[in-house]
Amino acid sequence: MSGDALNQAQTRSWLPWVIVIAISAVLIAIRNDVSWLNKPPAEILPIAEWVNVYMDWFVDTFKAAFRKLNWLLNWPMGWAQQFLQWLPWPVTMTGFGLLAWLAAGWRLTLFTVLALFYMVVTGYWVESMNTLGIVLVSMPLAIVSGFFIAVMAYKSPRVNGFVQPVLDLMQTIPTFAYLIPILLLFGFGPVVGVVASAIYACPPMVRNTILGLQKVAPEALESGLMSGASRFQLFWQVRVPSALSSIMMGVNQTTMATLAMVIIAAIIGGSADIGWEVLSKMRKAQFGQSLIAGIVIALIAMMLDRISWGFTDRSRAIARAHLPFMQRYTPWFIATIIGVVLFWLAKLVPALSVWPEQLEFYPAEPINNALNYVTGTYAHVTDAIKKSVLFFYLLPLKVGLTKAISPFSWGITFEPWMRLAFAGIVALIAAGYLVMGKWRRAVAAVVVGAFLYYGITSMPWPVIILVVTLLAWQIGGVKVAALSFFGWLFMLLSGIWPQAMLSVYLCLSAVLVCLVVGGGLGIWASQNTRVSNFIRPINDALQTIPPFVILIPFLMFFQIGEFTSFLAIIAYAIVPCIRYTEHGLKSVPEHIVEAARSMGTTKRQLLWEVKMPLAIPEIMLGLNQTIMFALAMLVITALVGSKGLGQSVYIALSSADAGKGLVAGLGMALIAIIADRILQAWSERRKMALGMV
Amino acid sequence: MSDTVKLACRNVWKVYGDEPDQFFKNGSGIVSDIAGTFAHIKDTGHIGAAANVSFDVHEGEIFVIMGLSGSGKSTIVRCLSRLVEPTAGEILLDGQDLLKVSEKELIDIRRHRMGMVFQSFGLLPHLTVLENICFPLKLQGVGSAKRIARAKEVIELVDLSGREDSFPRQLSGGQQQRVGIARSLAVEPELWFLDEPFSALDPLIRRQMQDEFLRLQKLLHKTIVFITHDFMEALRLADRIAIMKDGQVVQTGTPTQLVLNPVNDYVAEFTRDVPRDRVVTAGEIAESHILSQHTLTLDHLTTLDKIMPLLQEHPNGISIEKDGQMIGSVTAQSVIGALANTADAQT
Repeated sequence: MSGDALNQAQTRSWLPWVIVIAISAVLIAIRNDVSWLNKPPAEILPIAEWVNVYMDWFVDTFKAAFRKLNWLLNWPMGWAQQFLQWLPWPVTMTGFGLLAWLAAGWRLTLFTVLALFYMVVTGYWVESMNTLGIVLVSMPLAIVSGFFIAVMAYKSPRVNGFVQPVLDLMQTIPTFAYLIPILLLFGFGPVVGVVASAIYACPPMVRNTILGLQKVAPEALESGLMSGASRFQLFWQVRVPSALSSIMMGVNQTTMATLAMVIIAAIIGGSADIGWEVLSKMRKAQFGQSLIAGIVIALIAMMLDRISWGFTDRSRAIARAHLPFMQRYTPWFIATIIGVVLFWLAKLVPALSVWPEQLEFYPAEPINNALNYVTGTYAHVTDAIKKSVLFFYLLPLKVGLTKAISPFSWGITFEPWMRLAFAGIVALIAAGYLVMGKWRRAVAAVVVGAFLYYGITSMPWPVIILVVTLLAWQIGGVKVAALSFFGWLFMLLSGIWPQAMLSVYLCLSAVLVCLVVGGGLGIWASQNTRVSNFIRPINDALQTIPPFVILIPFLMFFQIGEFTSFLAIIAYAIVPCIRYTEHGLKSVPEHIVEAARSMGTTKRQLLWEVKMPLAIPEIMLGLNQTIMFALAMLVITALVGSKGLGQSVYIALSSADAGKGLVAGLGMALIAIIADRILQAWSERRKMALGMV
Repeated sequence: MSDTVKLACRNVWKVYGDEPDQFFKNGSGIVSDIAGTFAHIKDTGHIGAAANVSFDVHEGEIFVIMGLSGSGKSTIVRCLSRLVEPTAGEILLDGQDLLKVSEKELIDIRRHRMGMVFQSFGLLPHLTVLENICFPLKLQGVGSAKRIARAKEVIELVDLSGREDSFPRQLSGGQQQRVGIARSLAVEPELWFLDEPFSALDPLIRRQMQDEFLRLQKLLHKTIVFITHDFMEALRLADRIAIMKDGQVVQTGTPTQLVLNPVNDYVAEFTRDVPRDRVVTAGEIAESHILSQHTLTLDHLTTLDKIMPLLQEHPNGISIEKDGQMIGSVTAQSVIGALANTADAQT
């Protein structure tokens, strides 16, 4: 123990920071004389080419086999889609209505029926059913394979040791990057969507199942053993049923991931589904049309989410399973009767099998007109918002104050005295903290000041590697430091450094806003039930809707570009910050709150002096999630013109370059994993210090 | 209760750590220097959860293992059914060493000869009361009609009729534990393990359940190993008690023996506040003198607090019988003597 403490005192001292800051200062000073400091090497290790050589070999060798698989998978998918097309829409509606009723009751049934009706009247029925068809084929694939991988990982620690890091990687590698190798192996066509989403959607199923199997109450298992269960019986009759609610949680998440990936897979085209509809309309800048189609995706998402979530409530399912036969199957009988009647009715009334075009409700034109009017009339407002955020927030973070301040942007030149003043203020803050004995804050002030001045993308690369690695070392120890060092080294040597920095910059600037705004909303929601009730459904919706659709409203008002990407990332990534902050503050133990109240704290003191310090570990986990979400969204925003690794992946996808796509994808995954490990370690440390573990 | 040994625990050790086997030359668990071995286990970073535990459980008796948390009592009861695999020692059930039987035989023994009740009930949340109770029978492959009939019997026995189709979460703690008890009795086990069955319940319910338990035992005559951390509960229920501390058995004896002759301060600390008159039985202080004239006759297990008011009406003494045989008598003098003695021993 004492050895540990000693070790910790050494690794967490201020000395390394002084050295790193000194080295960085020198590097920054000489950066214009030493060209390789500013311009990292294009590509020292041709990793992308190696991958391509291997990939070519792999594709040549196994192409035939995969094409066979493609052919094989085409059958069930064709059936599913054709069946859904052939079925008159009221019958399909009845089927989903029954599912919704079984999952959660009549409210969800009503929602499901209305949602499907929206697809009918907007004329997107065929596209919607194509999307659902792909989902219905790939979802069971993901669920079944996920379950059995989880069972194997649960049974063998060795398999688990292999599976866990693979899951980490799978969940951080951007969605587009998956598509490339699958595209190469399976060729174009809707099956790519099936395979990609089955693979992409597998990890949550695996994780939840492993977790559920592990956390079954030991007494339930012991009681099973004492009842004389054999190993097989213990597993299938005690462990699996006890883990079912956790497993169903996995099914829910997997369903949502499947849909998200199916939508994204539309990008390669050829599937005639709703994702393609949105994308093509978006590309043609037909925002009204893409909004109407986007709402279809959002509705499908909410429908699938609510239904699959309904099944996680085991008590409902279990209670029903124990009803007498007649009562148990009443909804089935009713639905069957309705379905059959509607089926025959559809033969008589054509509108029930194909909705007539003249009855379609498709308000794209009015939406576009309204939008044009608004953007035309208030162009100065949207422009002002966009420009001020760009010039006063994004640009300084990107290229530093030294380049951001110019007559063109800020309306002033960055005079030498201003530079001196800035340096002076930073120095003063740092000195102040030093005097107070808070060296960490002093170091933070210097580092933040330097980054603000020079900008993330203009910082010499060794400075970034040094600072992040030292931070990783002091917070997470040698392993995290090694991960950080070799991760950055990979990005440097494989020639993706500039793109990586662009991604880091955009992600960081969005995450900072999420932290401040989301944290603020979370605090507010924790204090005020009405606010909490208001925010919750919005959060739910933002989390359920595939990220793709979130782009549409921002695109409508701010056109293509970095600012739209920035806003879309915030909209998608802010949710965990709000949720975790609220949850962290609300789950401070009641006895501590009571003790503080009895000492006479004001509401403000209670929040900042008592609840906040205790909620910090939880909030940091939220921040961690926010970073993951931001990176995931970053890739999608490549569609609306953001630059960085996401763009690289996107370009690689359109030229089917597996090597480039994989390298850029790995780069994103590494950024995500480095951030994740540092924040996790930090959160753990805080929890330990607070005695919460 | 008879003197036949049903279950014997011989020199059982359970050591947790990297290399628990290194401390024992063979599986018997017999070591020459127990304290030394125990110290050695600790020094090498291992944890000795049970150390050289030996006791016999007689057929039809309630054997209580009492200890505070961390004393190893839960480990030992799990060793008895091999839910926890002992590191060394012997567990003899009717003379057969359980540690040597195959997994298949063990499953068979658990299915037909053992039942266990758990502190937090261990009910399966996805099954109804009836299905939970049927569960062990279902595992054995008993037909549906037969197992439901049997389950209904035990439901009747534990007084849960009418709740067959409820789910565990719909029941109170006391009711859940009745389900646990019913389930463990469904297979008609010879051996009944109860691991702190009432500790999670409110004091009033706990008392009720203890009475209920004694009533059941009067009907069923099982051989019982009962675990508790509550000394008063142990006194109330036990035929004999083993007190455990730091993985070792400190003392084994009847409640009276423990109260009257604690082997050390640790045991004495538990017995300090126990009202003697409620523990000491007539049989234990009876003088061999048989009263000639006809007088009141009481069973040898009657405690002194019940006898004292009766002595007022029978100044000459009360006859004490055991299994229908007169074994002696108790007088006011002998009662006072016994209580005074124990009071001495206490101070």
